Amino acid sequence: MTKVVTDVVCPFCGTLCDDLAITVSDDGKQIIDCQNACAIGAEKFLHTSAGHGRITRPRKRQPDGSYKEITYDEAIEYTAQMLAKAKKTLWYGWASTSCEAMAVGHKVAEKAGTMVDNCATVCHGSSLLAIQDVGVPSCTLGEVKNRADRVVFWGCNPAHAHPRHMSRYSIFPRGFFTTKGHKGRKIIVVDCRYTDTAKCADEFIQIDQSYDYEVLDAFRTVARGHDIPDVVGGVPKEKIIKAVETLKEGRFGVIFFGMGLTHTLGRNHNIDIAINLTRDLNDFTKFSIVAMRGHWNVTGSGQVLSWQYGFPYCVDLTRRTHARYQPGDTSSVDLLRRKEVDACICIASDIGAHFPIEATRHMAQIPSVCIDPHINLTTEISDVHIPVALVGVEVAGCAYRMDNVPMACRKVVDPPEGMLTDEELLEKVYVRLCEIMGDS
Amino acid sequence: MKTVTITMKNVPDLYLEGDMITPDQFAGKTNEEIAALRTYEGRETYCLGDNFEISGDAVGATPAETKIIVKGDCTKVKYIGMNMTAGEVVVEGSCDMYTGGWMKGGKLHVKGNVDSFSGLGMEGGEFTVDGNAGNFIGASYRGDWRGMQGGVLRVKGNVGSDIGTFMNGGTLIVEGNADVHIGTHAEGGTIIIKGNANRRIGGQMVKGTIYVYGDITYMMPGFQYTKDVELEVDGDKAVFAEYIGDLGERHSKSKGQVVYGKIYRKK
Repeated sequence: MTKVVTDVVCPFCGTLCDDLAITVSDDGKQIIDCQNACAIGAEKFLHTSAGHGRITRPRKRQPDGSYKEITYDEAIEYTAQMLAKAKKTLWYGWASTSCEAMAVGHKVAEKAGTMVDNCATVCHGSSLLAIQDVGVPSCTLGEVKNRADRVVFWGCNPAHAHPRHMSRYSIFPRGFFTTKGHKGRKIIVVDCRYTDTAKCADEFIQIDQSYDYEVLDAFRTVARGHDIPDVVGGVPKEKIIKAVETLKEGRFGVIFFGMGLTHTLGRNHNIDIAINLTRDLNDFTKFSIVAMRGHWNVTGSGQVLSWQYGFPYCVDLTRRTHARYQPGDTSSVDLLRRKEVDACICIASDIGAHFPIEATRHMAQIPSVCIDPHINLTTEISDVHIPVALVGVEVAGCAYRMDNVPMACRKVVDPPEGMLTDEELLEKVYVRLCEIMGDS
Repeated sequence: MKTVTITMKNVPDLYLEGDMITPDQFAGKTNEEIAALRTYEGRETYCLGDNFEISGDAVGATPAETKIIVKGDCTKVKYIGMNMTAGEVVVEGSCDMYTGGWMKGGKLHVKGNVDSFSGLGMEGGEFTVDGNAGNFIGASYRGDWRGMQGGVLRVKGNVGSDIGTFMNGGTLIVEGNADVHIGTHAEGGTIIIKGNANRRIGGQMVKGTIYVYGDITYMMPGFQYTKDVELEVDGDKAVFAEYIGDLGERHSKSKGQVVYGKIYRKK
């Protein structure tokens, strides 16, 4: 007889939907069905039982390029020795594991004096820089659902990247003060191309690529009652004035932004000025701004690093007595591109898939370990691949939603026999590292 | 002024943190004591003498009497001249990030290029780069609202992006071209670009002055033309078009008048 596990949190994107119902076999080992999830979330659960391509033991690359299975103990030994020898190790990733595992990992990083960075470095890191510069007036997704009647999507496309965001929080749901659902909301989408999210918009503003900063400045200038040029970044003046009026007339507004702002020309400055527009609009009505965080627990990595070291990413622990931080210098891509590190660990993320080729090439040339449940582009260029149990499916743990709300992810099935979790693995690495390094 | 010469003999494998290479740290020390100053490469601690050959007179008793000449390949040395308050440092070649960071006085002359974050939060002194410079020149440390606050920073070549971010004093002169984001969030100070400037000049600027001799690819919509004025800038006399802004940003009043940031574009 199968059983259904309810209220499961989906470990795919930053929306962390918490209403999934997973049907498991009576022995608790197989996932039979997944309800309520989007196509990507469902696949995350269902593929674990599909039985193909799952690696259950560590592998070490051989001189001829092939991989040979090794024991967990051998993999732990390799990792600890590598950490002990290297002058400067980059430890990147963290976004797809639990906060508990991060805390153990940071303990190892502190002991070894490494650089610790997470996926924000190629994602919303620029948002974090802007927040450090000018603060952030934000809110939870629950507030958006229950209150927001003006919703702006700027440089993001939740229809594809966060598939249930629009139906659970931002466009369609009926809430306490938003009883008319979609009809009661005015949706503005700003993008350089007509996206599937734009199809749901009352107003679509198409801007020239990488003119976000200028257009946001025009929004601010208009909000303060000044004149602007006839066309800014491809957008006619009248359209900007109309949009600003629409935003001012709302009772509760929110701006969601994504990679279209964070990783186009200017990066953190785009977010900075968007935050300042939010601040300006608070002179007229209530407005908030929320980053559309990508990986399901990348926000959690920022939280854990912040409470441990005071910085949300790009943390330099090489001095061990204190943490340092300067994206551009201590950021993963720059460290690898400038050949500033002599060893690399990638955990719960994928350097090979996300980093520029120059950076990836250096990673392939230095001693490296990849800790990931799946085979990915990074495991194929790492010296050692250590597979672990899948957090959020086979292991429980804490994760933070894109609006910084912590959620308890559930364990649905058992991991394959003999597999370690991230936490168990890192704890063993720590014990071995302490034996090698002593009190130094 | 007494001169000590340090010459790179062992180029580091990774990057060396040479924040000890300042007249303040060298003053009153023997060559042996200078060689024993600690440096960092990754998590490991080394002595300055492990990488550099130290030669020349014994240094001056005070930083103001001390001149340091840095020779050899220093492209992998960060923080040269950081926090220096007096004296002189001459780097014969190029060096890496944070050169002259938080510099408070004295003279720093780099004959080659410098990388990003040089002159970060500079408070005083004279810093000249003969070659090109990277990004965030004369800007603020991440999250700080105090960029360059005083002194003169002159780059004879081109610079990257984000120069003079959160600048609130001092003079930053670029004789070549500059990339995007010049004087973003500036609350004072002067930036002179003698070549061309790319986009986003003076974005979110509250106060301060930016002069551009060459082309501006795209003017910020928050700036408005007011009048033409004749000015003398860094020894050059010319007619400039004056723009005020950023009108999208907050501005304070002085004697009943709103104070704006200003961009002067050479005609």
